[in-house]
Amino acid sequence: MKLHPLARTLVTARTWPFVIDVGVAACALAVFFAVISTGTYWLGKPVPVVPISHSIGALPAYAFYSIVRIGIAYLLSLTFAITYGYTAAYNPRIEAWMIAVLDILQSIPVLSFLPPVVLAMVALIPSHQMGIEMGVVLLIFTGQVWNLAFSFYSSLKSIPREMLEASRIYRYSAWQRFWQLEMPYSAIGLVWNSIVSVAGGWFALMACEMFTMGTRNFQLPGLGSYLQTAADSGDIHALEAGFAVVILIVVATDQLAWRPLIAWSDKFKFEQVESADRLTSPILNLLQRSALFASLPGQLWSHIEEPMYRRFARTKEARVVHPLDEGTSRNTASPALWTIAILALTVVGWGALQAVLMLRTVTWPELKLLLEGAVATFLRVNAALLISALWTIPVGVAIGFNPKIARFIQPLAQILASVPATAFFPILLIGLVKIGGGLGIGSIALMLLGTQWYILFNVIAGAMSIPSDLREVSSLFRFTRWQRWTRLILPGIFPYLITGMVTASGGAWNASVFAEYSRMPGRTLQTIGLGAQIDAATDSGRFPVLLLATIFISLMVVTMNRLVWRRLYRLAETRYKLEG
Amino acid sequence: MQEVAILSPAENVKTEAIIRAERIEKYYAQPSENRIQVISATDLSIVPGEIVALLGPSGSGKSTMLRMLTGLSVPSAGQVYWHEKPIADAEINVSIVFQSFALFPWMTVLENVEAPLQARGIAPAERHERSMKMIDTVGLDGFESAYPKELSGGMRQRVGFARALVVEPEVLFMDEPFSALDVLTAENLRSELLELWEKKTMPTKSVFIVTHNIEEAVLLADRIIVLGRNPGHIRTDFRVQILQPRDRKSEPFTQLVDYIYKVLTRPDVAPVAAPDHQHPGPRPRDQRQMHYQMLPHARPGGIAGLLELLLDKGGRDDIYRLADDLAFEIDDLLPIVDAAQLLGFLKIEEGDASITEKGAEFANSEILRQKELFRDAAIEHVLLLRQIRRALESKSDHTVPEDFFLDMIDEQFSEEESRRQMETAINWGRYAELFDFDAARRRFVMPDALEETAANEEVQ
Repeated sequence: MKLHPLARTLVTARTWPFVIDVGVAACALAVFFAVISTGTYWLGKPVPVVPISHSIGALPAYAFYSIVRIGIAYLLSLTFAITYGYTAAYNPRIEAWMIAVLDILQSIPVLSFLPPVVLAMVALIPSHQMGIEMGVVLLIFTGQVWNLAFSFYSSLKSIPREMLEASRIYRYSAWQRFWQLEMPYSAIGLVWNSIVSVAGGWFALMACEMFTMGTRNFQLPGLGSYLQTAADSGDIHALEAGFAVVILIVVATDQLAWRPLIAWSDKFKFEQVESADRLTSPILNLLQRSALFASLPGQLWSHIEEPMYRRFARTKEARVVHPLDEGTSRNTASPALWTIAILALTVVGWGALQAVLMLRTVTWPELKLLLEGAVATFLRVNAALLISALWTIPVGVAIGFNPKIARFIQPLAQILASVPATAFFPILLIGLVKIGGGLGIGSIALMLLGTQWYILFNVIAGAMSIPSDLREVSSLFRFTRWQRWTRLILPGIFPYLITGMVTASGGAWNASVFAEYSRMPGRTLQTIGLGAQIDAATDSGRFPVLLLATIFISLMVVTMNRLVWRRLYRLAETRYKLEG
Repeated sequence: MQEVAILSPAENVKTEAIIRAERIEKYYAQPSENRIQVISATDLSIVPGEIVALLGPSGSGKSTMLRMLTGLSVPSAGQVYWHEKPIADAEINVSIVFQSFALFPWMTVLENVEAPLQARGIAPAERHERSMKMIDTVGLDGFESAYPKELSGGMRQRVGFARALVVEPEVLFMDEPFSALDVLTAENLRSELLELWEKKTMPTKSVFIVTHNIEEAVLLADRIIVLGRNPGHIRTDFRVQILQPRDRKSEPFTQLVDYIYKVLTRPDVAPVAAPDHQHPGPRPRDQRQMHYQMLPHARPGGIAGLLELLLDKGGRDDIYRLADDLAFEIDDLLPIVDAAQLLGFLKIEEGDASITEKGAEFANSEILRQKELFRDAAIEHVLLLRQIRRALESKSDHTVPEDFFLDMIDEQFSEEESRRQMETAINWGRYAELFDFDAARRRFVMPDALEETAANEEVQ
């Protein structure tokens, strides 16, 4: 074998890899143990209410269980998102439908999925703990999956035409196209959306580990249950420890997973020239230096891959060049496709009919309450948005204009945005009760907690993107404060502000369900609102009300998106885009 | 008729064609009965042993033609054959060198070159050896583990060539391969390509290059096909008899370039020197009555600049020389010439441009008068602008949405072309102060009306 130019990097990397190899091996052993212990717990007898210990020694185990739930839910989300996005992007016949479905599904608050998902999973796997666990995992999944699917889909749709043509003319198999073109092209979008998704997962998890459905109580071992029970019993010590662990996990995820991933995905940036500033990650450097990590996966992979490529090359598919515009030639649908379509239509029609029949049992007073709730929640969500915008714009601009502070605050805001606000709900509620404020105002505070960071984060980025020569012009011409804001700053941050507000508004709607209703030992705190209705309906097993409330929320979210946000977005894209 | 000596019509092919297109057409169906014809029925063959250049102004469907010949795009009618087998079922062996290079930025040079071989199921060792050899051939020895973004444009296109040649294609297609490169790099790559071809270093039997650069075509090609537009059709197809290496300054070379300029600048007249042997049938024409002129995508400032230059030269000059003076490529200059001609500022005769009386006045005036002259000319000659103006005048609120006109012109042009037509119309109309355009609301507004509303807003 002649000397490969790539071989050199392996030789020079021999400075300290041995220690790291041992570390990697130790990690593998730990993973093995973790799988075994999770397996025995999951496959054990179903215990709906697991008693939660308040001792700090129990925390690592709880944290581990929660992380496993998030991890599995995330892997499921990723798989689903890729399958869904791929199917939608390459099947023009159903593309519009699939995207519309995605748009509606992502407007439904996570908790609305709770009863159907948990009931279905418990019914499916009645004899193991796994049934309940899978229910919760699927619930977290619904909080993570939609934006990932959107991201993958829109990446696929934006692959430059000549790249697609190159892959066709060189007769790539679908497999090769996926790994060498589609995945790399989508990687950056997937990484950034994964950060948002996992934050959303934690948000849902905190509230999902402990819930009541009709007469049945569920309480699973995990951080969410730990914090909730600690708050209920007023154990401040345990609460503090719990918060510390939550923040530790968020920071560790950022350092151990996201930063290395962002740094690594930099090589997938679709750019013609190398950009100067790149994120660096010491962890990534370590991993890349580990001889085990650098060579083993590559070798394993090529052992699997090479025979596949040989087989693909022999198929008839790989011998011809497939035209790119074949979708436009109207080939008639096969009978099988028609059968599937009709079958799907029948099932959907029947389901919709049943649901409508179920809705008829909603009484007039219930409907009235729902309508009032809709108005109340709508006002609350927008109040939360307004308040967030009012304080984050001046603060964010001040930070953004000062690069020294910004460099320090920006990563902090990013981490704060990933801290699940739901973790702090129990303690905040106790505080609110003590002050004597009702949940009507309190729930706005709770929503704020979850949403304002996204706006702050984006406003800082927006302020930093305003070119300094524009700022100099404004001081040169002695702009008044009013002129400075209306002519320079607000237009400059507008696209970023809108992006932040859209994300925050989605979060606020989702948070309304958690914020407007809370069960404390001995009593239930609630206020008028759609979110409270959803919660209360879940608690009491009143599914028609749950369904109707969900329909209301998703109607309002979709309408707001179409009428307000999308327009503002377009305005931001066309008019307020600052081009380099 | 001296140029006839260096031209002879491409003889009807006696050797077996590698790729043969039989009456291929491309059109896009519209919701209404109309269809947008992009390319009208065309015959074309690629035979072994020649470099073919496909030349034409933008909008003549050069790239569409290339994609139909490679099987990337299905003709709306007609059939493409690969060694007399329908191309959809044949195992074809072609490569494309792309204008944008289309390299995968996340893969090294070596991986990029290896990828097509991987797709053909070739074992790693052989793959590596063939790729390294090809990288060596194109002169990128030592760069195999670099990423494309670390390379200059010229080196990136070398990777593009290596990737194209490593599969030993029978026909090498190139889609404006040098137009994203600077002049010197392009020249260098061109001569290296010729060298590879002459020395038979590559097993490729035929090269098909799409270009808008006339000199490039004359420099490289054994055979040149000139396309016309509306819809795309073959204007002329002839062999170049000048021996390689060709000298840009030699008489036959410049004559040929001049001849092609003449063909391109007079789209309405059938070319004289190259008789249309291959197409005994009637010349393709539009199925429908054209209502709107195709607006050339030129800026008013460019038109003024050209006219001023022409005036400096005594009001008349050879277009080829003008392009040379400006260091313009044909695609840059032709729209400006077309626009000036459409507005009645310029006349084209025998490849010469001569300024009209109005054109001279326009070039001599100061800016406000120029706008006035431009306005009159635009209203007189451009139907779309006339219609927009009339609609604005007749509506009580003096505003009309852009979609209204888009709907009218997209009966005639493809969606993309409609947008570009609209963009040019807006550009001209704004310059002539015929109307203003509110980009946020996508509406045309009468200039006075705009001032009024603006004044109102200010008051509030």
